[in-house]
Amino acid sequence: MASAPSKLYADDVSVVVVLLDTNPFFWSSSSLSFSQFLSHVLAFLNAILTLNQLNQVVVIATGYNSCDYVFDSSSDLNRSFENGRMPVMCSSLLQKLEEFLIKDEQLSKEEPEGKIKSSLFSGSLSMALCYIQRVFRSGALHPHPRILCLQGSPDGPEQYVAIMNAIFSAQRSSVPIDSCFIGSQNSAFLQQASYITGGVHHKPQNLDGLFQYLMTIFATDLHSRSFIHLPKPVGVDFRASCFCHKNTIDMGYICSVCLSIFCKHHKKCSTCGSVFGQAQTEAASASDKKRKTPET
Amino acid sequence: MASAHVTKRAKYKTTIKDPGTPGTLRMTFEKILFVPHNPKSAGKLDVEFRYIKGQKHTKEGSNKPPWLNLTNNQNGSFIFEFENYSDLQECRDFVGKVLAKGGEVSEKPTVAYPDEQLSATEMELRIKLLQEDSELQKLHKQFVLSGVLTETEFWATRKKLLDREASKKTKQRLGFKSAMISDIKPSTDGRTNKVTFNLTPEVILQIFAEKPAVHRAFLSYVPNKMSERTFWTKYFRAEYLHSTKNSIAAAAEGAEDEELAVFLKQDDILASEARKKIRRVDPTLDMEADEGDDYTHLPDHGIFREGNKEMTESQNELYKRSLSQDINRHAAVVLEGRAVDVELEDTKAVAEALAQSKQKSSNKGESGGDTSRERLDRLSRMTEIEDLQGPNTLPLAPLCIKDPRDYFDSQQANALRTSGDALGGIEQIKCGLSTQEVYGSLRESISLIKAMGLKEPIVKPEVAHQVFDALTNSISNTKYHIGKNPQESILDRLPRKTKEELLHHWTSILELLKHFWASYPITTAYLYAKVNRLKDAMSNIYPQLEEIKGSVPSELRHQVSLLVRPMHQALDAAIQHYEASMQKRSAQSGERPNGYV
Repeated sequence: MASAPSKLYADDVSVVVVLLDTNPFFWSSSSLSFSQFLSHVLAFLNAILTLNQLNQVVVIATGYNSCDYVFDSSSDLNRSFENGRMPVMCSSLLQKLEEFLIKDEQLSKEEPEGKIKSSLFSGSLSMALCYIQRVFRSGALHPHPRILCLQGSPDGPEQYVAIMNAIFSAQRSSVPIDSCFIGSQNSAFLQQASYITGGVHHKPQNLDGLFQYLMTIFATDLHSRSFIHLPKPVGVDFRASCFCHKNTIDMGYICSVCLSIFCKHHKKCSTCGSVFGQAQTEAASASDKKRKTPET
Repeated sequence: MASAHVTKRAKYKTTIKDPGTPGTLRMTFEKILFVPHNPKSAGKLDVEFRYIKGQKHTKEGSNKPPWLNLTNNQNGSFIFEFENYSDLQECRDFVGKVLAKGGEVSEKPTVAYPDEQLSATEMELRIKLLQEDSELQKLHKQFVLSGVLTETEFWATRKKLLDREASKKTKQRLGFKSAMISDIKPSTDGRTNKVTFNLTPEVILQIFAEKPAVHRAFLSYVPNKMSERTFWTKYFRAEYLHSTKNSIAAAAEGAEDEELAVFLKQDDILASEARKKIRRVDPTLDMEADEGDDYTHLPDHGIFREGNKEMTESQNELYKRSLSQDINRHAAVVLEGRAVDVELEDTKAVAEALAQSKQKSSNKGESGGDTSRERLDRLSRMTEIEDLQGPNTLPLAPLCIKDPRDYFDSQQANALRTSGDALGGIEQIKCGLSTQEVYGSLRESISLIKAMGLKEPIVKPEVAHQVFDALTNSISNTKYHIGKNPQESILDRLPRKTKEELLHHWTSILELLKHFWASYPITTAYLYAKVNRLKDAMSNIYPQLEEIKGSVPSELRHQVSLLVRPMHQALDAAIQHYEASMQKRSAQSGERPNGYV
């Protein structure tokens, strides 16, 4: 049905790529149990598929070591009830999720010590964008894609570059990234992703009503969003602070190679190792020096 | 100064033919006053001297009566007839003095506005600019018409605007006509066998440009060897021979007269230029291969020109020119454009200027360097086969970022701090479970949901209601949150009138401040007066700003005052500076009783 030869996509048909946080370290400490979370989410996915016949849902699991597609409504077409308990699509999603978790566990090498590790958000975000690029290339008329992140793990600062790149590429192809944060501390990544791409960010206060939040805020298609008041971002302070002292600064020095920010002049960039030329001295050797000299 | 005024009997005439109204002419430094003897007659006159631009008068000894003609700046004139020449001279000297003084005076602030000698076109330009830009017009009306700024001051800061507008017109240079010079037909007078060629400098320039050999010959022969006239006669003789298509006759005449031969032969400069150009052609192009396609030399083919067919013959090639050569050369010259900017009057000057510009361009061409080497390079580049080339490695150093965490910390620290989760960020939740345990529990919950099915109901009605309430509440609260959305401007929320007023005040304040700060340091009395004027105008703005603040509804008042504050600050700074410099001035003037200047 969804694969009818000529699809007449109206402006309210959407492809929703849901990034599901399956970081086991987070879920073991979360107040909301994973099974509860899944029942909310599965109901929500079902609701999206019923909102419009042509709507499409893709679920990507964001694991600790890897990420993978666990569900695609365009290929899992069976919407009948299997055993009276849940639709076939849900059980197939759960099946895939279980397989994914086993694989993900096998990939883990060492015991994480102490605090909760972040999940591989950058990977799942990139996968989502790849999928969406395929949708864009599917024809002149295509459903409107958006990304919904259901995230609970803390941010992984080591993924900063990859995540920011993904966010900017989403912004460039005008794909909004909605984000719903279900962990304890809010995620700066998600806030920024939604802020930059024009998506909605929300952190539900009452996780028992997660389904209600999802339905109220994140179920609306992009076309209808222009008529609907959604929670607006409380202004986020993205002012820069210097790398050396973590002070918020208005003016500073920036490495021309890696864009690191410093509050005073350094001889060498601490991030990428570029040697900064002294302004207007040794003009001849400056060009040599300015070129990044890789360490090691 | 001799006297402050002159009074003479004179007749006032509106035109030279006018018999004139008798009366008394009285001139002071400021004005000219003419009172007719007969109070009923119409010739009463009262003109200020600053409108007078110049004077003319009749000379003693000429047969004209003693007339003084004063011209005003509207190109009108006042003519006075005096009783004798001595009166005229006295008046003339007086007027001369006043006019001379007027020139000095205009630089002093006592005469408020120096008279501008504006050409009509300049005035038009300004009017046009004002008409096109309503904001500019508003400013002009506000400041110039109210006397805060003078016309000159107002436009002085907008020189760029005027220049751009003015330069638009003169940008296009006249190129060569596209008509070919070979089409110049001689005019016959019909009686004798003489033919007359009409040569204009325009045509000569074109001939020089198209036929470098003629140009060279002109430079070397004229005027040493022959006069310009004989030169052109010879030239047209040659042209005539060409047009007869009689190459044998041409060859014969060329053999007799060596100068004539110059015009008849192929242009060697052109030929060498053509060879140079051929060298620049894509080296992989083989023109000889296409030669078989040429059919113009076949019988019944060719180009019709002037009634007879032009056929390519091999004999006497030296003295033949083909039409295609002419057309190509002409096209090249027209496309090159006119490089000479000389008044087209003197042929010699034209020839020399053209020679200079040619030299320049040829220098440019040769500075390219080793042409044959360049040609080889081009050849190898054109025939390059990618597969056979080594990898093209650019000297790049890979970017290695030691720790991307720095970026996160640098940027997100603030984000987290403001979102109120800073404490949560510090407190790391301990997780004592092992990897196996956590994965196990996660799988367990999946099998649990598999076994139990979806929760029924998914959300309890009370919880759903609660969530709804909280969401609606927060959404309705943030609806009026201002300034968080970068696309939204506070100005758009204000009433239209207020918005326009605010914007207008901004532009007018900027205009005033621009003039104000440009006047410092005050070196002349003129600037001093200007600063005073500007200061008065600026202090007038304060109450207006207050008025705007008062006129908006109370919920917007805070926003408006936020917008007005920077205006206040800018004005305050200016006025503070003004007062400080005034104090300094008054302190100095204690020592210097004469004050400034």
